[in-house]
Amino acid sequence: MAEPILEVKDLVKHYPLTQGILFKKQVGAVKAVDGISFDLMKGETLGIVGESGCGKSTLAKVLMNLERATSGQVLFKGEDISKLTGQALKAVRRNIQMVFQDPYTSLNPRMTVGDIIGEPFEIHPEVAPKGDRRKAVQDLLDVVGLNPEYINRYPHQFSGGQRQRIGIARGLALKPEIIICDEPVSALDVSVQAQVINLLDQLQGEFGLSYMFIAHDLSIVRHISDRVGVMYLGKMVEIGSDEEIYDNATHPYTQALLSAVPVPDPTARETRDRIILTGDIPSPANPPSGCRFRTRCWKAEERCSTEVPLLAVPELLKGPAAHQSACHFAEVRETAAV
Amino acid sequence: MTTVIEKNQKSGRLEVGTPLLEVKDLHVEFHTRDGVAKAVNGVNYSVAAGETLAVLGESGSGKSVTAQTIMGILDMPPGKISQGQILFRGKDMLAMKEEERRQIRGQKIAMIFQDALSSLNPVMTVGAQLGEMFRVHRGASKKEAREKAIELMERVRIPAARQRVGDYPHQFSGGMRQRIMIAMALSMEPDLIIADEPTTALDVTVQAQVMDLLAELQAEYNMGLILITHDLGVVADVADKIAVMYAGRIVETAPVRDLYANPAHPYTKGLLRSIPRLDQKGQELYAIKGLPPNLLKVPAGCAFNPRCDVATDLCRTEIPALHQVTDKDGKELTGRRSACHLWKETLHG
Repeated sequence: MAEPILEVKDLVKHYPLTQGILFKKQVGAVKAVDGISFDLMKGETLGIVGESGCGKSTLAKVLMNLERATSGQVLFKGEDISKLTGQALKAVRRNIQMVFQDPYTSLNPRMTVGDIIGEPFEIHPEVAPKGDRRKAVQDLLDVVGLNPEYINRYPHQFSGGQRQRIGIARGLALKPEIIICDEPVSALDVSVQAQVINLLDQLQGEFGLSYMFIAHDLSIVRHISDRVGVMYLGKMVEIGSDEEIYDNATHPYTQALLSAVPVPDPTARETRDRIILTGDIPSPANPPSGCRFRTRCWKAEERCSTEVPLLAVPELLKGPAAHQSACHFAEVRETAAV
Repeated sequence: MTTVIEKNQKSGRLEVGTPLLEVKDLHVEFHTRDGVAKAVNGVNYSVAAGETLAVLGESGSGKSVTAQTIMGILDMPPGKISQGQILFRGKDMLAMKEEERRQIRGQKIAMIFQDALSSLNPVMTVGAQLGEMFRVHRGASKKEAREKAIELMERVRIPAARQRVGDYPHQFSGGMRQRIMIAMALSMEPDLIIADEPTTALDVTVQAQVMDLLAELQAEYNMGLILITHDLGVVADVADKIAVMYAGRIVETAPVRDLYANPAHPYTKGLLRSIPRLDQKGQELYAIKGLPPNLLKVPAGCAFNPRCDVATDLCRTEIPALHQVTDKDGKELTGRRSACHLWKETLHG
């Protein structure tokens, strides 16, 4: 087993809710990320799935140190980076880069492609000395499959898929070890998504990158990920290898999520056994007591409202069902959902 | 409780299979500074009562422009309908007087949009917005309109409708807002609903709820449904027949099962192949090369030819007609058409 490159321990991010204008008084908190622990191994892809509002993007921001963690640790190669400041933070940030969802808004329209991809070098001149920068940027364009002669063009001259390639080139500029991809293909046309997925896959092999791949498209996550984590309302509810999650999910939420995914196969229409969840995701400012999923769960009992289920391997389960799951009644569903 | 909707339902919904809408050779152009973009270039499709037609396509394929033209909400200028007919129950809507069209639009044909938050008025309560239809079209009093609004909200299963009728759109979640949009579309009991990416902005669990609701209401009222989407999964779940669009043209039409089992156009084939499948884990995904075309510079011949794996010289010069597709013995396959010179090779391998 490879060694972990990133260890996340009990990570918490609360956004305070205040009342009053002059004397701000904290009246509560939006618990966007509420105690999450996982490891990211070297060279692996960890997929993170969950509905909007479950905290997956906040998690990405905290790992990038764009938001300060309320508590908990983020260990990069054994060093806690969540509390670093100044030069030490700058040095470590080089190693974790991000690719954003929307290639239309994440590129400055008034900068040329060369300036956008080369900007990271201004902050970290040690990666590419001034004289070599143009060459370095052209190399990056080549790596992501764009014509190196496009260096003086502006973002509006490119299509969505090409812009996402520019975003990926910018992420690669500082030769990071970890890239966090926050919904990297969801804004792209279907026929272009596969191209970008293949590019990410190929780059991973070439540069030995570790990916954290956040997405809501479960079939793409399954294709690209070695392991998958499922989040619900600020908590990790289940995590395991793709086979463990997709074929042997033990958490009711994961089962419902998987069964709700539309399958591109009309012959499966009648035979599918879907779980239609009722209601909406509760507010993270006021999450339910005990298990957070209990308000929408068909298995919920008295115990679920009082006792918070821990993310652990359930004792009774064996084989691929024995992976971490935060449910008191974890078990594999009889009929395979997908 | 006997609702108004139920009464009307008894008093005569259309029979399943009654032809509702027929789009014939529709051409829509946009005149821009850089030239003329032919967004819709000779589109034909039809939908009957109780039937679900899915229009599948990427951005820029003309699927939404066609829908906007049917609804008469196309911005003109820059848009211009240069040719074609839109027959609603046999009468050409494009040739009608504005007043006559207004009687159909919203009452007989209703539309559901992708983004419910920006489609609802943020400073009006949902009750007032739902009731507005009854006040304008049916001359209902304020009180009656409010009752109708509550009834509709219950119909689309919004919990505690009576308490929430006075709430504003921002107080509802995304799935609930989309339900309100559906309720609004249903309010005049239309014969046809056009849903333009109705669940794209929603999470999968909520998407399943909303699509189920839509399908159930459609079956109950025998409505025709035109579902515009790019999601191959949603289409497989609900559609009866599919029209695939590319660069303003229909490239393939087929009953849903046939299309997935055996596509007759290389573009459809490519789309289906690029879906990640279980047995291909760890392998490279099939990807259609290149990019969707710029509508100002659509390639000569078949618009898909630069991205096509099997294109020949013929494809680069001559625009393919929408051929009737036949099986190996030459028997016509009902509802199947393909705009590819090489449809036989594509279909029969």
